[in-house]
Amino acid sequence: MSDTIGERVIEVVARYQKVSPEEISLKTTFDELGMTSLDALGLIAELEEEFGTDIPNEDAFRIRDVEQAAETMRRLVSASYAGEGEATGQVG
Amino acid sequence: MSQRRVVITGLGIISAVGQNVAAFQDSMRAGRHGIAALEGVDRTQLRFQNGAEVRGFDARAHFADKQLELLDRFAQFALVAAREAVADARIEWSDELRERTGIVTGSCLGGKISEDEAFAAFHRREGVRVHPLSIPRAMTNAAASHISMEFGITGPAYTISTACASSGHAIGQALLMVRSGLTDLAITGGSEAPFTLGHLKKWEPLRVVAPDTCRPFSKDRRGMILGEGGAMLVIEPLESARARGAHIHAELVGFGMSSDAHHITQPSAAGAARAMRVALRDADVRPEQVGYVNAHGTATQVNDPMETEAIREAFGRHADKLAVSSTKSMHGHALGAAGAIEAVASILALEEGVLPPTANFLEPDPRCDLDCIPNEARRAEVEYALSNSFAFGGLNAVLVFRRGEN
Repeated sequence: MSDTIGERVIEVVARYQKVSPEEISLKTTFDELGMTSLDALGLIAELEEEFGTDIPNEDAFRIRDVEQAAETMRRLVSASYAGEGEATGQVG
Repeated sequence: MSQRRVVITGLGIISAVGQNVAAFQDSMRAGRHGIAALEGVDRTQLRFQNGAEVRGFDARAHFADKQLELLDRFAQFALVAAREAVADARIEWSDELRERTGIVTGSCLGGKISEDEAFAAFHRREGVRVHPLSIPRAMTNAAASHISMEFGITGPAYTISTACASSGHAIGQALLMVRSGLTDLAITGGSEAPFTLGHLKKWEPLRVVAPDTCRPFSKDRRGMILGEGGAMLVIEPLESARARGAHIHAELVGFGMSSDAHHITQPSAAGAARAMRVALRDADVRPEQVGYVNAHGTATQVNDPMETEAIREAFGRHADKLAVSSTKSMHGHALGAAGAIEAVASILALEEGVLPPTANFLEPDPRCDLDCIPNEARRAEVEYALSNSFAFGGLNAVLVFRRGEN
């Protein structure tokens, strides 16, 4: 199965850091990209926008490289699909 | 020119843990916090849910309807606190004194509620007129202007906006004016009313607001809790306070400022320590003479270990004998009003000999290994106290107070 979420994460990182996607892999760390902690917060907000989901603080604070970002998004996106399947008549 | 000693003869406050000085002091003694689910905004649109609001505040009990049209909530808090402080100081106004009185207020946000309402109305229905008084309500100096009009004060008046250090810097500027003889009296402090949806949404991506409560220096702290309110001091030269037989709450003996030149949100221990050292030098006080520090203590992961390191750097071995608490655990982080609210907490601690606790404390953090007065107020006669304010953007203000001689 192709890793479309990983590819989308790489595209968001590339767009946010204004570099070519070819220069980024899942192994790339935020430090290697010269990103500060404030840059990381901005990127996380971009990922929330891209995937239409909220990233809890606990996850957000752990993300320090592209792979961790992709892993978090895979987990949150599949959780939100699972949630959609079972959430009927439940609000809030 | 010789410098004059400056004392505090009037106190006023409105906060989540007391809408006057007596009620606030009672909360400080009891270690009672005012943090709860926000009532004033639509929480369903917010990730964090809790804040330290001034609950049950009835503006109409304080202001006529016509006056209220001109007053954003932050200016209402400033006026309520200024009235209490002026009444407490028992000022007898003359035209000459009014000319010789200064006003310095601090606010980070100004009239953000009025501004947010105007923007929201405009953007919802393009082309609609905004409230005609949006500009005068929202301007950050509105609080200083309304205080000057309320009491007919015609001396220098201005406002300082240095984020979370605003009213620390404001009180420091007022000290410099009275000390130097530029004015013979000053009303100084700050106010803030941050609870409006447009503003609160901006805090979410920064991820520094706690989902639960404010636990400064505690291992399980999860961030700050925003607060609202206002606090004002009346300060004047020691000589004139004595001459008119005024009650002296405490002496304002020192002020230190520094800038980190480091990062727009991450604080630096070196910058904070430098502000404390400058303040102690300005007060001509040795570290060993200080008994209490009212910490900036936001309860973010970053601030509290940084401040611990800074206090150790400024106080050396005496840091282990210092009592250090963050009253933000009770009244929340009132941003531009924080320095003034915490100044009142520090002054009351000296005056009564009861040090306020760090509330909501669960478990020590080895990275915050100071005596932070966990959960219960402590009786202690202290001669000197510091109050720390460190702003986003690395702008620091530290005040030094001495127990009053009555």
